[in-house]
Amino acid sequence: MESSKWSAKNLSDPIKTVEDKWLLLPAFLKVKGLVKQHVDSFNYFVDVDLQQILRANNLVTSDVDPRFYIKYTHIAVGPPERADPDQGESPERFSVTPHECRLRDTTYSGRITVNVEYIRGNKKIIRRGIEIGRLPIMLRSNKCVLTGKSEAELARMQECPLDPGGYFVVKGTEKVILVQEQLSKNRIIVETDPSKGVVMASVTSSTHERKSKTYVLTKKNKIYLKHNSVTEDIPICIVLKAVGVQSDKEILQLVCGHNEEYRESFAANLEDAARLGVFTQRQALEYMGSRVKVNRPRPFGAPLAGTQGPRRPAWEEAMEALATIVLAHVEMEGLDFRPKAVYIAVMVRRVLMAMKDEKLVDDRDYVGNKRLELAGQLLALLFEDLFKKFNQDLKMNIDKVLKKPSRTEEYDVIKALTFHAQSEGITQGFIRAISTGNWSLKRFKMDRAGVTHVLSRLSFVSALGMMTRITSQFEKTRKVSGPRALQPSQWGMLCPSDTPEGEACGLVKNLALMTHITTDVEEEPIVRVAFMLGVEDINLATGPEIHHPDTFMVNVNGSIIGLTRQPGRFVVALRKLRRAGRISEFVSVYINHHHKTVHIAADGGRICRPMIIVEKGRPRVTEDHIKLLKKGHVTFDDFLRKGLVEYLDVNEENDSYIALYEREILPTTTHLEIEPFTILGAVAGLIPYPHHNQSPRNTYQCAMGKQAIGAIGYNQFRRIDTLLYVMVYPQQPMVKTRTIELINYDKLPAGQNATVAVMSYSGYDIEDASMINRASLDRGYGRCQVYRKNVTLIRKYPNGTFDRLADAPIDEVTGRPPDKYSALQADGIAGVGEQLRPGDVYINKQSPANANDNSFNANVLDSTSTSLVQYKNTPMTYRSPVGGIVDKVMLTETENDQTLVKVLIRQTRRPELGDKFSSRHGQKGVCGLIINEEDMPFNDQGIKPDVIFNPHGMPSRMTVGKMIELLAGKAGVLKGKLQYGTAFGGSKVEDMSQILIEKGFNYAGKDYLTSGLTGEPMEAYVYFGPIYYQKLKHMVMDKMHSRARGPRAVLTRQPTEGRSRDGGLRLGEMERDCLIGYGATQLLLERLMISSDAFEINACQECGLLGYNGWCPLCKSSKRVAKLTIPYAAKLLFQELMAMNVVPRLILDDA
Amino acid sequence: MPEEIHPHRLVHIASERVSHVSSTDYPGHWPGESYTWDLEFFRKSLQVDVKRLTPTTIDFDLVGTDAAIANALRRIMIGEVETIAVENVWVWQNTSVMQDEVLASRLGLVPLRINPARLESWTPNAVPTDANTISFEVQVTCTSRPFPPRGSTDPSELYENSSIYASHLRWKPVGAQAALPDWLADPPSVAKPDIVLVKLRPGQELNIEMHCVKSCGRDHAKYSPVATATYRLLPYIQILKPIPEQLQAKFMQSFSPGVMGKRRNKQEEWEVFVKDARKDTMSRNVFLYPEFEGAVKLTRVRDHFLFTIESAGQMAPNAILPEAIAVFRRKLRTVSKALDELMHPPEDAEPEVQEGGMELDA
Repeated sequence: MESSKWSAKNLSDPIKTVEDKWLLLPAFLKVKGLVKQHVDSFNYFVDVDLQQILRANNLVTSDVDPRFYIKYTHIAVGPPERADPDQGESPERFSVTPHECRLRDTTYSGRITVNVEYIRGNKKIIRRGIEIGRLPIMLRSNKCVLTGKSEAELARMQECPLDPGGYFVVKGTEKVILVQEQLSKNRIIVETDPSKGVVMASVTSSTHERKSKTYVLTKKNKIYLKHNSVTEDIPICIVLKAVGVQSDKEILQLVCGHNEEYRESFAANLEDAARLGVFTQRQALEYMGSRVKVNRPRPFGAPLAGTQGPRRPAWEEAMEALATIVLAHVEMEGLDFRPKAVYIAVMVRRVLMAMKDEKLVDDRDYVGNKRLELAGQLLALLFEDLFKKFNQDLKMNIDKVLKKPSRTEEYDVIKALTFHAQSEGITQGFIRAISTGNWSLKRFKMDRAGVTHVLSRLSFVSALGMMTRITSQFEKTRKVSGPRALQPSQWGMLCPSDTPEGEACGLVKNLALMTHITTDVEEEPIVRVAFMLGVEDINLATGPEIHHPDTFMVNVNGSIIGLTRQPGRFVVALRKLRRAGRISEFVSVYINHHHKTVHIAADGGRICRPMIIVEKGRPRVTEDHIKLLKKGHVTFDDFLRKGLVEYLDVNEENDSYIALYEREILPTTTHLEIEPFTILGAVAGLIPYPHHNQSPRNTYQCAMGKQAIGAIGYNQFRRIDTLLYVMVYPQQPMVKTRTIELINYDKLPAGQNATVAVMSYSGYDIEDASMINRASLDRGYGRCQVYRKNVTLIRKYPNGTFDRLADAPIDEVTGRPPDKYSALQADGIAGVGEQLRPGDVYINKQSPANANDNSFNANVLDSTSTSLVQYKNTPMTYRSPVGGIVDKVMLTETENDQTLVKVLIRQTRRPELGDKFSSRHGQKGVCGLIINEEDMPFNDQGIKPDVIFNPHGMPSRMTVGKMIELLAGKAGVLKGKLQYGTAFGGSKVEDMSQILIEKGFNYAGKDYLTSGLTGEPMEAYVYFGPIYYQKLKHMVMDKMHSRARGPRAVLTRQPTEGRSRDGGLRLGEMERDCLIGYGATQLLLERLMISSDAFEINACQECGLLGYNGWCPLCKSSKRVAKLTIPYAAKLLFQELMAMNVVPRLILDDA
Repeated sequence: MPEEIHPHRLVHIASERVSHVSSTDYPGHWPGESYTWDLEFFRKSLQVDVKRLTPTTIDFDLVGTDAAIANALRRIMIGEVETIAVENVWVWQNTSVMQDEVLASRLGLVPLRINPARLESWTPNAVPTDANTISFEVQVTCTSRPFPPRGSTDPSELYENSSIYASHLRWKPVGAQAALPDWLADPPSVAKPDIVLVKLRPGQELNIEMHCVKSCGRDHAKYSPVATATYRLLPYIQILKPIPEQLQAKFMQSFSPGVMGKRRNKQEEWEVFVKDARKDTMSRNVFLYPEFEGAVKLTRVRDHFLFTIESAGQMAPNAILPEAIAVFRRKLRTVSKALDELMHPPEDAEPEVQEGGMELDA
């Protein structure tokens, strides 16, 4: 007994591993969600940033009345409200839902209100809740009405509970502000240009007041400072002298410490200053001052001419530039330049280091050097700009009034304020920026286009994929591979698979599943904590102390705060405080041993992700914790609070030792990954067994998953989108992944499980074409619906006339309405459920003939006598080669009181020859043939495939994942259980084979088939089983096009271009070259002229110019006028040339 | 061991391929064997043996015929036996979430239990009459139940008519149909009453009229009388060398249960024998193990078809094959008539003179 008890726990037994630690992932997503970064950022903007911006711009004074001021004391954003409330007193008349905004083409926005304090007469007045504009509200942010609502409440608001939110509804369209990737601000980046031998350290300083970029660079082995506000590069010693480091020795010590190597290469710079005769601070300032670009704003009220005030002495200009513009982010107390001196010295030292050892340059593409700019930050910039403009205009207005010497009443600024708000500068500013995507802020020299995009609602994944998208500021045309390449530091933060092909490849990225983007954390308390942990103030240190081999410089958000001699202990202490929750969990700290620095980062826009903390070789998360999590007793935040899990940003991650699996933990390990499949994003997570696929295939699937037709949301039939694709019978995949469950793809799927036979059949399957079973189509496989929106405004015109809807006219001959009006009801709009044939009228609108005639007309203005107004028919007719059905009709009013009619027309489509399908492995193909059921091969059970897939698609593409999906799917079907194909895990092939064997199938998944045509067995076994197939939006019906005769362009009389205009197919240059080469002259003539724009002209053989009717107007004769046929475009060219005073003369000759 | 089967009748099942797939029982293929067509011989060797009959399926053996004949029957059952299904739908009112055309397609797929002989086949552009059309209708409105169980969230308890089943389809006799006694005795109905067609919620309403016509599975899968009609060949397994006792369990497990049996041979040793090859699914998993290489030969009997017909509900499973044979014979008649006409043109017909054509010898 005793011995058996002992043997149960052997010392060499592996320690129990934490099963199901992946459950932390759903727990994380429950708290954070997939679009939490957008929502968090917007919340931060509304709750924190808005106040800060207000505080920075809170005072408006008058130049006329020095006693007058108006001061903003508080700002708040209200809940979303309707801009045009209903009549009555009901409190709900303002309440609005996002869906109402989508349908009515309005903006989902809340009121921005301020509290103000101002002077009226001699009294100080306080007013609260003054509206200054409206802010579009992000869906599911804390101001949104959807936040915290139950599924039933959401259903009542016609909102899908699975919709992630994080976007705006502006003028009825859903707009996403994409995450923007940038180089981090306020950090030194050292780069080399090997071709020019230049080493350059640069810093982009960014503060609320200004943005500027400062460089310290080498030129012929000497170091200079370069800045936009200085006309030429300044020798670095002069700069250092200007900031108060006067003696050469001090400069040398501050830059190089005691390092002989650095001293040697820096010495030349000292000589430089001496040669220029700059020895003192005053001299240095004078030197710089004469090179500073003075660009002071014109004081208000000053005359336009002579825009500059009195010119100040040069040294003063230099002093100001150094204090406020150069390295603006380095904070100074008064005119103590010491912090700047140290900062410049550090930059110089980094340049010296990079000169000695070129490995010490920084990598621009390193994710730790990037910051992501989110909706909140972009809106903050925009708001600041709009608010400043608002205040400027307000001030002008105030001055204008106060300037008047006598007034009948005391001036009350509130009127001006509310009047100002009504002009909607702020509201329109937001709406314009979000709906056009143009962020142009002069103050920051920011002019970005394409910041916002319309949320793609093609499928649920495409919408979700858009919310995790990151665009780079890099221009797409530059042919550098660096920024596009996969970065090792991207691991776990950005999805390695999900990027578009083509020009934006590698520049547009997607977040991985478990990432979080930080918002700003207050810096001051962290600095205080650092000092308490023994950091010595940098301003008290001298050069040799700073560069002592044992000292480490401590940086907070890129600015140097002090020194420490025990960086290890300091970092450990700070991390302990963070794990204990004493400082924000998003503060990161790490040591850079090359630079001998400790970096503390608390700024916004860093990418981070959670990881399990490992202590003494054991993960802190244990089985018991997971049990509690399973029971729902704890949430992810509890794990954070207890210090079991922590967030690491890219920089700290690279300072940690992270084990991928628990079995790989070593004594030195600091962290454990939660789950490896989280390196993929939401879209790549749909792929089963992606780790068995060739990597580009996963990338292709990421692009195609967004084109798959499926379910859009639970409210999909309530929506009226321009174009909406919906699948009739969507299915969740047989082979799921954990990601699929997490993002709810199983509830809003986009595809069907098709039984696939991997075999060649008929000849119609070459080049990735596949065959589809006709009976499957009869039973609803691949059936989809296309909804198209048609909108018209029933307008009221300024001259008092208005559009009207009319019922169907009566044909005089038959006495009945013509056929094309058959769908119309008495109100002039087609009835819901009516079938429309091509050419049918569905809105019988009539417009007044004189709508744009604004001349006074008594009859028109008298609205009762509308009979006098002449109307012309402006009906909406159904233009599609196949019929449709009226699905929905909506009548509403827009915000400016125009009646809006939206008609949704639906088509239900059954797959046809040429429709595009794809599995989840980047294997797209078109339907090549539809085969009768009885012709299909069948197995012993009589199962026939839905789809036959050509095996030639497999060897070169190496999508082994697809084969495993089939096997797992088959096993799952036989066992009645869904299988998992999660990345780096999932159901094992061995287990799947075992299930097949148990169910009497061949272990390899290959079935014995009988040909449906001959009835004889097939000579090879066929890989046979279910694969999840997506129907892609590219359908033949939308592309099919032919033309024999048709419309022509007005100007050239050539056939029009494009399918939408029933255009011709162009015989282009290259085709023309072929025909020339072949010598097919008559064909050329026919294609290029006779079938295109043949035109008969009369040309005069005498003068070579064009005439008409056999008459040459130049020669005044009809003697030698010949008729010939030329392309109309040629005739046009001659006439255009003549208009330009060039004479084109035809020389005619008999051939 | 069951009866020996002539090796010429076997299809060989190897680990990665199937061979001897086509029949070779025609004259001149095997030296010394005639295989000339002989009706008497065919009559004797053709066997049909029903193995199982349930309300939905029938399993039977068809022995002694070529794959072409068996396959023709299978194909006809799937595609050419006519049944009656909903073809045209008039949606007078449909306020459910389901779109009219989707609902109509679902209605079409509902199997109807009507003797197809009662109707004439539908021809394109035909006028619906009581001879070629049967009419059904659905008229339901969903309402809240007055006193639902407290706290219930089950729609079927809360609402009346929350789910519309196939059983909601009601036959609407037209013309003389109401007067026909055999129609009244066995009125047209749905085969499977519990198919959910659509779900309704209070206030939603359906008012639909359907016209059902007779057509075949070629036209649309809904007319196919079979869920599937299929056959497989009879497995025939030969154990070539005795299986050592310690491997016997493994050997038996690589076949379907009941295929292999164990018995004592004359030397009183346990030996494996083929008990019932019919049960084998031909999974070929025995080839997975190298130790059984050469121990067993898997084959199937080329002219022994194990048919399974699963009725979709329109017809009794045992009525489908006779119907298919009738269709088959009609088709044969057409062919033979055409052949006759080709060989012996009717007297009154003008002899067709084809330019460049070949004159057929009479």
